[in-house]
Amino acid sequence: MNKKDIIICRCEDVSLADIHEALDMGYRDFESIKRILRVGMGPCQGQTCAHLVKNEIARYNKVNPESVKIHKTRPLISGVVLKDIAKGDDDE
Amino acid sequence: MNRANIVIIGAGISGLSIAYNLAKKGMKDICVVDKSHFLAGATARCGAGVRQQWATELNCILAKKSIEFFAHANETLGYHRDIEFKQGGYLILSSSEEEDKQFEKNVKLQNSLGIPTKHLSKEEALKIVSHLNPDSFTSATFCETDGHVNPFLMSEAYYLAAQKLGVEFHFFTEVKNIETKHGKITKVITDKFEIETNKVVNAAGGYSQEIGAMVGLDIPVYSENHEILVTERAKAMLGPMVMSFSKNIYCQQVPHGSILMGRNNPDALHNHDISSSWKFLDDMAKTVNHILPEVAKQRVIRTWGGSYNISPDFQPIISDSSIDGFYIACGYSGHGFMFAPITGELLSEIILGEPLEDYAKALHMDRFKNMDKIDKEHSVV
Repeated sequence: MNKKDIIICRCEDVSLADIHEALDMGYRDFESIKRILRVGMGPCQGQTCAHLVKNEIARYNKVNPESVKIHKTRPLISGVVLKDIAKGDDDE
Repeated sequence: MNRANIVIIGAGISGLSIAYNLAKKGMKDICVVDKSHFLAGATARCGAGVRQQWATELNCILAKKSIEFFAHANETLGYHRDIEFKQGGYLILSSSEEEDKQFEKNVKLQNSLGIPTKHLSKEEALKIVSHLNPDSFTSATFCETDGHVNPFLMSEAYYLAAQKLGVEFHFFTEVKNIETKHGKITKVITDKFEIETNKVVNAAGGYSQEIGAMVGLDIPVYSENHEILVTERAKAMLGPMVMSFSKNIYCQQVPHGSILMGRNNPDALHNHDISSSWKFLDDMAKTVNHILPEVAKQRVIRTWGGSYNISPDFQPIISDSSIDGFYIACGYSGHGFMFAPITGELLSEIILGEPLEDYAKALHMDRFKNMDKIDKEHSVV
């Protein structure tokens, strides 16, 4: 299947070809790729694409996907650890 | 790289513009270091607006020259994407007689500098944005050549153009110290390597105070969290940026379709906090619901914060310093993105010893030695 037809981020219409092109240009971490392609910035806030992009970054950098950081999850969509609420942590 | 002609600290829009301008003028061995990933700081967190409606002559000039660059930036920089320059104007609302009077003065100043701002009645403003709550303002000013630029893509355009000219970038590289000898820069020490150099540019945005302290300079700036939110994509409903200083809001729909809005927190502390607060969301929702009830029907999908690096007169510092070879571009007070083109032009002139236009001399840090004389900018959210 053509990489241009494989949609990675459905909210912002980003294809696998777009992701590979960004990696080739030197953007090698999630936050950098997000700034150029808007992956993870749509209504689902990366719920769909985050792990897909993470796997592509890991494959390209030849590292374990576990070691690839995904984008910063921001309010409003995010599960909250009860302990954080109890402590009132205000973590960026 | 263990030796460089110049080390630029900070790969945000200011550092990128400075690197590009220096390289374009022929400087070699330019090294840019940034402590995090591409655009981790304030540039990528800004509201994406570019405006010329200011209350000080200096800010008006900086803004006008920058807009002239944005208009041709794609071609000038040979960019393969589009920086999304859109001139939908800024509609700035007044909500009191006192503000009306100030706006009268602002428009006169702006017109005298060639900025085509108009003072509009309530009815005229409603012709531009029909769904404004008519009870939320008394009059407005409008400048049709103000507008929007995409901060991510504008930065990438500078970044790629600078790379093409040979500028070297090091991300995830944090400056730990700057060594001087007899008042001259000798070395920059990072957590990854050391670079011998005689010139350093402090374009560290929110951290420029700390970088200044490394060479013993007390730059009179501080950082403060300004929060912002974005909605889902909506149908085209807002041509200009709508802003009110007295009601504390700026709000614009970007070409992508989402709507950005922000306001300041008068109780914000002077620190590096960039977290999101429930109070911002609450206050922002109430403010936008009052002024732009149609916009308030959209769904918010994300909030975030970023540092304003604030100077005593809310105008930037673009200058050399008492340390030989140490240059400063900071204190933009929330407007570093929109002033980036002129920042790069001016600081490259200063660094290369080229003649400087008279107005630009007023951007020197030394102006704060006499605080009674400073011309303070009040048109800030």
